[in-house]
Amino acid sequence: MDTITLNGLTKIFGDLTAVDNVTLSVKSGEVFGLLGPNGAGKTTIINMLTTLMIPSTGSATITGHNIEKDPEGVRRSIGIIFQDPSLDIGLTGRENLDFHAMMYGIDATERKKRIAEVLAVVELTEKADVLVENYSGGMKRRLEIARGLIHHPRVLFLDEPTLGLDAQTRRKIWDHIRDLNKKHAITIILTTHYMEEADYLCDRIAIIDHGRIIALDTPDGLKTLLQGDVVTLGVNGAAESLVPVLQEKSWIREVNLHDSNLTITVTDGEKRVPDLFALAQVSGIAITSVSLRKPSLEDVFIHLTGSSIREQEGRVRGHMHAGMRRRMMR
Amino acid sequence: MIQPAAIYVLWLREMLKFVRAKSRMIGAIAMPVFMLIFLGLGFRRVEFPGLPPEIGYLQYLVPGIVGMTLLFTGAFTGMSVLMDRQFGFLKEVMVTPASRVSIVLGRIAGGASTSIIQALMMLFLSVLLGFALPSLPMIAASAVIMLLISVIFICIGLILSSFMKDIHGFNTMINFIIFPIFLLSGALFPVRNLPVAIQFLSYLDPLTYGVDALRGVLIGYAAFNIWLDLTVLLLTSVALVCASGYCFRKGEVL
Repeated sequence: MDTITLNGLTKIFGDLTAVDNVTLSVKSGEVFGLLGPNGAGKTTIINMLTTLMIPSTGSATITGHNIEKDPEGVRRSIGIIFQDPSLDIGLTGRENLDFHAMMYGIDATERKKRIAEVLAVVELTEKADVLVENYSGGMKRRLEIARGLIHHPRVLFLDEPTLGLDAQTRRKIWDHIRDLNKKHAITIILTTHYMEEADYLCDRIAIIDHGRIIALDTPDGLKTLLQGDVVTLGVNGAAESLVPVLQEKSWIREVNLHDSNLTITVTDGEKRVPDLFALAQVSGIAITSVSLRKPSLEDVFIHLTGSSIREQEGRVRGHMHAGMRRRMMR
Repeated sequence: MIQPAAIYVLWLREMLKFVRAKSRMIGAIAMPVFMLIFLGLGFRRVEFPGLPPEIGYLQYLVPGIVGMTLLFTGAFTGMSVLMDRQFGFLKEVMVTPASRVSIVLGRIAGGASTSIIQALMMLFLSVLLGFALPSLPMIAASAVIMLLISVIFICIGLILSSFMKDIHGFNTMINFIIFPIFLLSGALFPVRNLPVAIQFLSYLDPLTYGVDALRGVLIGYAAFNIWLDLTVLLLTSVALVCASGYCFRKGEVL
């Protein structure tokens, strides 16, 4: 059964089409990932699904409730952990949680139990009665995650849930997300630009770029798009001349050059490394390092978009800083 | 449609923050206190034509300043939605199942409580300057009028903030909407002394009726019939509560 369906969902801001005709459905009990660089339109999709924004065209339903016609029905069945801070910093951590739970009509004894539970998960039990304005960035993030988990929604949206968290906390949150999904049968939609997060958590992933879905499959299914292993060669100097040489070979599926790294997708990687060395030597190019691995989602992303997610992000961030400077000068 | 639990949560939040932010409370009543002290003492001997001579200017001024306190604290709490938008907390409230109407009512309940507390503080502080307090039932009656006045201006603040995306327009709103409302209301002098054309604007100002009603119960002197004042206040507040509920339901949050 489909818990969430999107039908041609589109959002246009001025002359920017942030979300472009997205159609997909999420099955009940699924962990579904929206993967893409910052600015790809993931958060806009989430904002429309959580009734905070009205779509320009297209429609969507969540647990049978239409997001435009029955927003309150939608809000009753969802929970969300926002990407940006959304805490009341003038209240303590416990008050933030308590007020949230009260808004969902959870009774006092159950509230107390669940608050203790989620505080333990994010390890904020000792800081629960401190005003949030005195929290560090990481603590605020953990508190928001705790808040999103309290009311056990049928559908949980996680917008970049572990952005800016250390590896240890991140792993804990992941395990808790899996737990929620399995034990309480919560359908989860998460956006992320961490490949390993999508790979670890998601049953299916939609890769989004410039507001469009460019691929949708299971993590393994996406990886087989590459049909091969990934060999990364570190090269010294101009390696451009090597690219056409490699592209001619029938056993090489794809070649990408980023700075001084050549990413090559080959069938039977282990056996082909010596051949690659030989080819490089003939072209007079020195290899400084080599690595061989099974394909990751990052490779799939590069394969589909032609650039790595970090490069894309750098570009988006550059724009953002320019925007902020403009605002500050006003 | 109306969820008492959601209203209670938002009210409780406002009260907790009010009790904690001592500086906010002092800041909010500092200006009316200064106005009361300096205008009250400076114009002590002024006699307005048409006012009974036994009502000194301080007696006349105190209900006006109480009305001013309600106007400013009410408009500020209404517009504090903008702060919540800035800090992201508004989103958190808006994705909960609480109906928009309940969210608006919760804000009004919290804002009205804090406004009335501050207005009563003003009233009692004015005793130090020589204001003669009326009997307890009259003070209780004034609290009802205070409620109506604060609801009106909280709603005006809410409606204004639903049209603004950030806090840049805040000062403009204060200067071009809140101050004229204050100056037209007859809080400082009888409206009748204004030129006729401006008087007409005063009669469109809900605070005119609020201040007049406060005078009626607090000093026993009013320009209009108290029932006229109360009817205008009641109708205006009901209309504005509906209007702010509508504005909140319609608009996008982000």
